[in-house]
Amino acid sequence: MSALLAEVPYWGQSLLRVLGGIVAVLLPAGTIVYIFLFKMMSFMQSRLGPMEAGPYGSMQLFAEVGKWLQKEDIVPERADARIFKMAPVIVLLSTFLLVAVVPFGPDAWFTDFETGIFYALAVSSISVLGILIAGWSSANKYSLLGGLRAAGQLIAYELPMVLAVIGVVIQAETMNLQKIVVAQNSGSMFGIDTFGHPYVISQFIGFVIFMIAIQAELTQAPFDMPIAESELVSGYMTEYSGFRFLIFFIGEFATAGVFAMIASVLFLGGWGVPFSWFGWTSIDSIDNWMNVVGPLIMFTKMMLLVFIIMWIRFSYPRLREDQLQRFAWKGLIPVALLNIAVTSILKVVF
Amino acid sequence: MIAQNIGFWIIAVLMVVSALRVVTTNNVVHAALWLVVVLAGAAGQYILLAAEFVAITQVLVYIGAVMVLFLFGTMLTRARIGAESDLNNSYKKLGIPVGLVMLVAMGLALTRSFGDEKLPESAKVVSIQEVSDQIFGPYLLPFWALSFVLLAAVVGAIVLARKD
Repeated sequence: MSALLAEVPYWGQSLLRVLGGIVAVLLPAGTIVYIFLFKMMSFMQSRLGPMEAGPYGSMQLFAEVGKWLQKEDIVPERADARIFKMAPVIVLLSTFLLVAVVPFGPDAWFTDFETGIFYALAVSSISVLGILIAGWSSANKYSLLGGLRAAGQLIAYELPMVLAVIGVVIQAETMNLQKIVVAQNSGSMFGIDTFGHPYVISQFIGFVIFMIAIQAELTQAPFDMPIAESELVSGYMTEYSGFRFLIFFIGEFATAGVFAMIASVLFLGGWGVPFSWFGWTSIDSIDNWMNVVGPLIMFTKMMLLVFIIMWIRFSYPRLREDQLQRFAWKGLIPVALLNIAVTSILKVVF
Repeated sequence: MIAQNIGFWIIAVLMVVSALRVVTTNNVVHAALWLVVVLAGAAGQYILLAAEFVAITQVLVYIGAVMVLFLFGTMLTRARIGAESDLNNSYKKLGIPVGLVMLVAMGLALTRSFGDEKLPESAKVVSIQEVSDQIFGPYLLPFWALSFVLLAAVVGAIVLARKD
């Protein structure tokens, strides 16, 4: 964005960045909800899903948003009203902060943080705070239980997520997401540089751990203990209605999209194509059309990863609380630590 | 440096007000949330000092982990909604003087050691390589000592939590 917007004044750049951020959060969220939640789930359950609103039900989402917006904004009588109203905003805020570091093309980025991936992991943990206080302030035992379950789960699965990322950082020798993309697309495997070096191959264990961890971070089944509808009504979201529920709903799927984008940057080469295809040598020699094609490549990879997340979500039954915690602490974390050790030894040796 | 100064004072006032609210509010969870504002303000100040890595660490460790565990603990045991009357206790008389002494001591230490020294006009963002070179170079011993203290805390927690 630096080169593209060199002549635009600072306030104009900031405005464009905010608009771009809103698009980058809401567009994937809407697409994910329509394609996966409405259609894919319906087909997996041998039904058609929404068909009335618009051709093939494609306008259903707008109908739903309109429905939510006109519902009454209910706050329970004994709830802590101010905090109750604040909680969904904190959850959505973390999503918007998260998208700020994702690169979409050689010049199409919002911020070029030197510590990009570290920043992403830090701000993603802010949403836990929103979920916890949503559960507490509702003055509802189900909500509180849901909030506590969510906090326990999100803390447990944040660790393997961070540890899985360290493997990638060691290989790329940088925390800058843009440089991680370049490192993957300009690298070579076993002397063959036709395909670049997507870390999904050399960091396959890290990739699997990261995907499991984001499945849990997004509280998608089989990790949906915090909103288990058969036990807790709807967990920390039980008391929310109308617009505030909509914010939680957008937050859930927008975060799924952003996490999938980060996973595609870390493991699938992000917006890039192997640089050797077009004879590019560094990030500065990339042609300008990549700023248009790059976001599309990124979007495709994101949809692929969200497809995997949703496929698992609609296929597996819920884990029990103790199974869930044991899986994180005794399964994922030791494997992730071993992965770091092996990666760093191989990095030094080769 | 004008913009940074304005930013500093806005955040500083916000931090002081929030810090006072932490001790004057009559609800445990509200106090914890005001503390989140104080800690986020500290992260903001680090960013103004071009210490990106420290700022992000502050968010990850204090807001993402410490405060979440703090809230988790209080909500699991005793956090009620609405005002609580039994939050104040007699240690207040001891606490206020100790707090003031700490403020004076830290203020003196800062002014004595830095004096009129000013930050460079265009502060350079310190890269993570430089941070890690410092930690694993001259500050290796303090780093090890900290790791040892944390290890001791983990062992202690396990000993307390074990039933047999």
